[in-house]
Amino acid sequence: MMQNDIKRLSLFLLFAPFALWIILLIVLPHLGMFYISLQEKVGPRVYEFGLANYINFFNEPIYWNTLIRTGSMSMLVTVLALLLGFPIAYYIAKIAGNRTRGALFLMCLIPLWVSDLIRAFGWILLLRETGIISSSLQWAGLINTPIEFLYNDAAVIMGLVYTVILFMIVPLVSTLDGMDNSMIEAGYNLGGNGPTVLRRIIIPYAMPGIVSGCIVVFMLTAGSYLTPILLGGKNSSWFTEQIYDQFITRYNWESGAAFGFLLLAFTSLVIWGGLKLSGQTLNSTVARS
Amino acid sequence: MQSITENDLECIQIQKHFGSVRAVDNVSFEIPKGSFFSILGPSGCGKTTLMRMIAGFEQPSSGDIRIKGNSVIGTPPNRRNVKMVFQHLALFPMMNVYENIAYGLRCAGASKDVIRTKVHDVLERISLPDVANREITQLSGGQKQRIAIARCMVLDPDVLLLDEPLGALDLKLREAMKIELKLLQHQFDTTFVYITHDQSEALVMSDNVAIMNEGKFVQIGTPQELYHNPTAAFVAGFVGDTNRWAGRVIRAENGTVEVETEAGLTMRGSVRGSGAPGVGDTVSAFVRPEFITAEKTTGQPKVADQTHNVISGKIDSILFNGANSRALVRDRAGELIEADVVLTGGTQDLKPKDDVTLSWSCEQTMSFKG
Repeated sequence: MMQNDIKRLSLFLLFAPFALWIILLIVLPHLGMFYISLQEKVGPRVYEFGLANYINFFNEPIYWNTLIRTGSMSMLVTVLALLLGFPIAYYIAKIAGNRTRGALFLMCLIPLWVSDLIRAFGWILLLRETGIISSSLQWAGLINTPIEFLYNDAAVIMGLVYTVILFMIVPLVSTLDGMDNSMIEAGYNLGGNGPTVLRRIIIPYAMPGIVSGCIVVFMLTAGSYLTPILLGGKNSSWFTEQIYDQFITRYNWESGAAFGFLLLAFTSLVIWGGLKLSGQTLNSTVARS
Repeated sequence: MQSITENDLECIQIQKHFGSVRAVDNVSFEIPKGSFFSILGPSGCGKTTLMRMIAGFEQPSSGDIRIKGNSVIGTPPNRRNVKMVFQHLALFPMMNVYENIAYGLRCAGASKDVIRTKVHDVLERISLPDVANREITQLSGGQKQRIAIARCMVLDPDVLLLDEPLGALDLKLREAMKIELKLLQHQFDTTFVYITHDQSEALVMSDNVAIMNEGKFVQIGTPQELYHNPTAAFVAGFVGDTNRWAGRVIRAENGTVEVETEAGLTMRGSVRGSGAPGVGDTVSAFVRPEFITAEKTTGQPKVADQTHNVISGKIDSILFNGANSRALVRDRAGELIEADVVLTGGTQDLKPKDDVTLSWSCEQTMSFKG
């Protein structure tokens, strides 16, 4: 009896920090935000309950265009991160020797030690009109006038891929690592060539890792703020910027909160669609790795 | 060109070096069509490297591998008609049984109808006709084993390589699978090359066994030959259970020697293997437990003669294992000697602390020089 109580108490104590974190920092603020998002402003300091903030979003093309743009660019970033990350992960997990594997993994982690902000400024240093790339091209005589590489979609996408690729590599390495080498050899032994083995064996095996990497990368990209603003400038039209504007510039918390929930709904919808398409579940992917 | 030989697989002076390590050293052998050939050796003897070279995952440093008479050096693994059952089977977990078996046929570009008939055919032959739509995780250990073999056999290989596939199974299933593998080999009439460190697997199933040690083939022969006529001390010690003595020759005459062991026993033995030991040479003598008769010492003790060694001792313990029960006998010199005994459960059975006389024929005392 006593033993049981102690067990229950220790379980409760162990669980408490997590429960507090979830309730105080995630559930409560979101409930508050959701409440705010349902407030319509009808006069100075006068509010009514209603869906006006949401309706407003759909009536104003600039808002939902920005959301669509953010979504599609995030998908592009996810695809690029996958295409670049897969060979790297495959090399780390399957080709590199035991000793180089650790070193390579560490090299992938090193960029994380520097803050997002500093990394973005690093890119600016390279890409701006007076930056390293532009001036070295001039020095080499390839161009006559300085070129601005910043403030376009390519710069934003490149910067985002660079920031998030690690979150693609880690789950991929861990799934590929769990793959028995003899599975690949069996693929060849039974008559498959390189592309067949990749398509029929390696990729299907790595699917949980691929999907979980894509989910994390897509979420991070769609919700990122610093990189698109710094590298894309005024033209970036990223949806988080829109939210920031509502909250800070216009001091319209009601609309900002509604936008926040729309972004959440949108990304959840995309991920749900992706899971359905790939035939995976959250349990088999993100929860596993 | 159809080759003139009837051998499915020939290896000619294969060598494989990893740096200064000779993993496989000058191995030559040939396997006639449709036979079950085992390569038996302790772990690390190079047998897996040899198999990987036959499959094409490693290139030999020198030598030639011929399949049906044609050299396959330089042929990539997917173009060799040699299929392999991996140690952990390597069934594809993301495909069901049907897809696993169909994979190889798809790679070969077979049509849908052909694939369907062949897959069902092979499932029929391994007597698992109803598992086509099962997932791999739903199969039992023995079923997985058979699917892994079916996946290879459906491609009609010239040679099937098996890399210790029974290692992961529990004892009971392993015994059953030994018999089943032998039957499958008969049924498919394909050459099986089986790699193992478990001698009972090799002896039970094989037509021929090669004993491998430190990268070299020590002896190739039928299981009976290896067991009864080993040509090297390593084979005598590795195949089957045996008592082993190291000693020195005190008398030698055409084919027999009298040996004094380090502990001071004398016994007569027949010379086996290469090199005739002379007086003073060191020899290793091997006697299998089943050739030693243990009898309770009675009034008139037996004495050694020209054809029999006799020593007396006391039973230290009895290892009961049904028909394979064994007595551990401590002799005068304090060494333990193993002898097979028959235990019927009656009062006449040998018991620990009994005084016994051990006797065995000199012919069964296999003595090797060195």
